[in-house]
Amino acid sequence: MEILVCVRRVPDTSENEIALNSAGSDIERDELVYSINEPDNYAVEEALQIAARVGGTVTVVTVGGEDDEEILRRQMAMGANHGVLITDGSFAGSDGRGIATILKAFVQKGKYDLIMTGVQAEDGAAQVGGMLAALLDYPFASLVNSIEVLEGGKLKISREIESGNKEMNEIDLPCVLSIQTGINEPRYVGMKGIRAVASVPIPTYGAADLGLEASKVGTAAAKVKRVDYFVPTAGRGAEMLRGKREENIDKLLELFARKGVMK
Amino acid sequence: MAQIFAYIMSRAGVPDDSAAELAAAAKKIDAAASPTAVVAGWGPDLDAVCSALRASYAEVWKIANDALSYANPELIRKALVKILPPASIVLLSHGHFGMDLSPGLSIKLNATYVPDALGIEGIEGNHLKLIRQEFGGQVSAHVRCDISSGAVITIRPGAFKPLEGAPVAGNVVDKSGEVGAFTAGRRYLQTILAEAGDVDITKHSILVSIGRGIQEKDNVGIARELADALGAAVSCSRPVVDAKWLDKSRQVGSSGKTVKPKVYLACGISGAFQHLAGIKGNPFIVAINKNPKAPIFQVADVGIVDDLLEFLPELTNKVRETHGATAK
Repeated sequence: MEILVCVRRVPDTSENEIALNSAGSDIERDELVYSINEPDNYAVEEALQIAARVGGTVTVVTVGGEDDEEILRRQMAMGANHGVLITDGSFAGSDGRGIATILKAFVQKGKYDLIMTGVQAEDGAAQVGGMLAALLDYPFASLVNSIEVLEGGKLKISREIESGNKEMNEIDLPCVLSIQTGINEPRYVGMKGIRAVASVPIPTYGAADLGLEASKVGTAAAKVKRVDYFVPTAGRGAEMLRGKREENIDKLLELFARKGVMK
Repeated sequence: MAQIFAYIMSRAGVPDDSAAELAAAAKKIDAAASPTAVVAGWGPDLDAVCSALRASYAEVWKIANDALSYANPELIRKALVKILPPASIVLLSHGHFGMDLSPGLSIKLNATYVPDALGIEGIEGNHLKLIRQEFGGQVSAHVRCDISSGAVITIRPGAFKPLEGAPVAGNVVDKSGEVGAFTAGRRYLQTILAEAGDVDITKHSILVSIGRGIQEKDNVGIARELADALGAAVSCSRPVVDAKWLDKSRQVGSSGKTVKPKVYLACGISGAFQHLAGIKGNPFIVAINKNPKAPIFQVADVGIVDDLLEFLPELTNKVRETHGATAK
């Protein structure tokens, strides 16, 4: 099985306090810790496990810039066979459809049975996988939390639906799946592993290599544009306890007593 | 102004709560709009859904087909592409079904896609201005989208308050004949219900709930000790289950359990909307988080910025001291 996993390097929201720049045009990026988008990491692990079970190769691809090479190497250190960087000045400002259009052009250069993405990235949009599938006319399933390879070019998958229930589906290959976190336990990547792939060349593809016209991607084609960022006005907002720890605990116990906790 | 459609999910003959929220969102796009509900399914359940929706939608489009007894997004996408007029605006709820259907639907309709909208600011010429969230809800963004060739917009569950309005006795229009034959590359097999866990967190009035901030499995005991001292149960958010530190049955959220405690201690939980969707009944929420920007502080009653791993054990000791005689 030839598997392609589309990945993305994002600011790690669990490690970062996100602040806006003074113009509100972007977040302050200088101090941010970046890492692979967490659901994408689960997708790569799942791809590696499938390839180990039924044979095949795993390719990781990202649309971005030089800085994004580090996550490709990290995923290669995990065991991905190939990393590919798709980069071009004309791609800047692409909306979800633009990114899906770029990925479609890359997919059509190869021959993949299964394409995976993480369920969503830091923008919470959860859109590229479904768009890519529709552009390719492949079947799609989102929120996938288990995959079993069946005979006859099919998969049996489960999707995470409400209340912890699972929706079981059969899906024809080739297809696109968006992978939910928790599907597996991604393997640890050590410095040693990353050093081992440090000098493996990573091929790059630009707009010309993929036959993409500038009018179909980037700012020119984007129908969705971010105007600005702003800090949400707190709805009701919590009463913040700003005392010393001991004082905060005393205050909390008082509130607990009033709420009937610990009668 | 483009026609606005709201695709409504339903279960066992009852429309989803989002039916009224999508109608409210449509009015935010165009105050004069009379949105059309679209429903798909089969049999008496579908008729019951249509009847229920007539009270709030002036027109209800029905797609009846036995292949739609279970909502297969690929089949429904094909049907919608056949029946929707060009340049329509289509609203769906940003749940597991909307997330599945909408991106591909936007491609096939050649319409602009805006996922997970929390606010709608209105139309300026060919553009619609909306509000979204990024970075796990830590920041919001205004987005401007071109709707000249239509739009597919998913709406954050709970973000739009249903409007009060007189019942309208809408018309049901049967569109079943226009959708053609159905085949899909993805076929529904069955639904597997969640397994019951050792503790039923839905039955507890106090929950000590932990998130990613608990950092490692060995620290879960810190929360357990506090829960024991308070006579509470330990629940959690998704990253704790993903990391296999607690069982799925302990997860609060749209993909986990819906809880209605009196008091909810959110410890190291950032407050993603999928998590908050599982907290009902307006409990007293105490949030403890080292990140002062965590969205949980927007919905909590009381907030404390502190290191969980130091704060919780001290709180536990104090609870034991104060109520040692009665606590377990």
